[in-house]
Amino acid sequence: MHVFFDTRKHPWLVWLGFALIGIALALLPFALAQVGTSWVRITNYAILYILLALGLNIVVGFAGLLDLGYIAFYAMGAYTYALLASPHFNLHLPFWVILPIGAAVAAFFGLLLGAPTLKLRGDYLAIVTLGFGEIIRIFLNNLSRPINITNGPQGIASIDPFRIAGVSLSSSDTFLGLTWSGPIKYYYLLLVVLMIVIVINIRLQNSRIGRAWEAIREDEVAARAMGINTRNMKLLAFAMGASFGGIAGGMFSAIQGFISPESFVLVESVNVLAMVVLGGMGNIFGVILGALLLSFVPEVLRYTVGPAQMALFGRTIIDPEVIRMLLFGITLVGMMLFRPAGILPSALRKRELETARVPAATTA
Amino acid sequence: MSDTARALLVANGISKRFGGVHALSGVTFEIRQGEIYGLIGPNGAGKTTLFNVLTGIYPADGGEFAFEGRSLAAVKPHEVAARGIARTFQNIRLFANLSALENVMIGRHVRTHATVFGAIMRNARTREEERAIEKRGYALLEYVGVARRANDLAKHLAYGDQRKLEIARALATDPRLLALDEPAAGMNATETAALRALLERIRGDGTTILLIEHDMKLVMSLCDRVLVLDYGKKIAEGPAAVVQKDEKVISAYLGADVALDVKRA
Repeated sequence: MHVFFDTRKHPWLVWLGFALIGIALALLPFALAQVGTSWVRITNYAILYILLALGLNIVVGFAGLLDLGYIAFYAMGAYTYALLASPHFNLHLPFWVILPIGAAVAAFFGLLLGAPTLKLRGDYLAIVTLGFGEIIRIFLNNLSRPINITNGPQGIASIDPFRIAGVSLSSSDTFLGLTWSGPIKYYYLLLVVLMIVIVINIRLQNSRIGRAWEAIREDEVAARAMGINTRNMKLLAFAMGASFGGIAGGMFSAIQGFISPESFVLVESVNVLAMVVLGGMGNIFGVILGALLLSFVPEVLRYTVGPAQMALFGRTIIDPEVIRMLLFGITLVGMMLFRPAGILPSALRKRELETARVPAATTA
Repeated sequence: MSDTARALLVANGISKRFGGVHALSGVTFEIRQGEIYGLIGPNGAGKTTLFNVLTGIYPADGGEFAFEGRSLAAVKPHEVAARGIARTFQNIRLFANLSALENVMIGRHVRTHATVFGAIMRNARTREEERAIEKRGYALLEYVGVARRANDLAKHLAYGDQRKLEIARALATDPRLLALDEPAAGMNATETAALRALLERIRGDGTTILLIEHDMKLVMSLCDRVLVLDYGKKIAEGPAAVVQKDEKVISAYLGADVALDVKRA
């Protein structure tokens, strides 16, 4: 078979590929803005979901710990940002101070969830984490009395946008003859954060730490017998996963400008888990793809189901809002039936040692 | 006794109960540096339980192990590995969905140091350590003879290769005592012969071996000394040739009546 893109012979092809993807991603928001600003906003939320899915992938995909309360860490990050950068407490700290705090708070709660659940696996762990997620949400809902911390179900409004060098990321500016709307500016920030998180994930997976997580996922008893401190490694997985959720939550807070406990319900946890499972547990690019699909497909359906019915039957038979979730559900069920390991199943990482070069097939 | 100076592992009155069942009662023995020590006994005699107590998976109800002169009481499994005792499992417990090479690389965990920050920053030291882990992984796969399957998933390896891979993974922790739980189970004569050569070689390279095995031919030809357990009690200990002729051992394996017949014949 002829290989058109032999990256080993032409390593520059890899860089060319990266450059093309980079240019495409850089131009994307302006192209989307032509269709409608709402699509830039949808893309931003999709990136937030990718961040969440990558964080959850550390817990579920790498370490094999089923977590149904992951959205609680998103909430911790979001509320940390909202409380430290809004008129609610009249605090207005800059985002680069709050995001690390939010990550640390979320990581702390990750440890808090991890510590009592160290001996649990599978269904039992899922139930405890589900309860944890609900506890956090209910606390947020009720921490308005006797001291008003979270402002209860009314939520927190007028949250500060991110400001870089005095420029707010929420308002529209004209620069270089282009209109830079709020969502477009946030898009670039989100993209940078996403790239950093992807690099961190890849590096973690291909490290001593990542291998220890995967060993725990595969066989905890054997992992322990191989000298892996499973307690510390599981806590580390919970804390790392949670901190990504916390960072995503802080950004969500700033982009929305308003948050309430309603944004952090159980179905959101399930949604993020579905992204991880659908994309392919443990496969970083699978998880990204899963998050993109589950973010965009419902939106695309929102705009196409109505017109499609008009074109086919001349009238709207079923309300688009109803049918789009139905189609979405059917798609999910179908996916799981035909590709149970996800769209991109966790791939075997082939290693070829520079010093020894023992290719798998040729020596056999 | 002059041998105590060379004792690697001392078991002193190890007892373990599961409810009313005395899986181990007061088992005492001593493994010397550099020997291959056999652990045999009929099914349910407590051999694997002894392994699990030794490696910290179960706490002992009585007695304690001392390894290189230090007590192993209340030491957790991962710390046992760090002390220098590695084991394999009777029912192979590989990391099934990882490659053979990665399985062995995980064995290096306890001898390497990269932290989460090192992993994220991937600094020169971490990269150097990763290279060393990978190189050692390949070397160990070659050592046990499964290097050509390095990039295949562990679960796709042939049964005999899985056994060898488990040994390679255990060796990756740089053990001074290698505890093998029925490594020859399910192997044919050729594979068993190869395993025998491998174990001789491991011993020759300075690792003491504790071997649970049902293949008596292998045990008798390979082990320097043998401990026989029956119903959780030590019934014999000594050189293979002596233990083989022990009446209690014969009756434990064949039943008392048959043992008498064998004697008469």
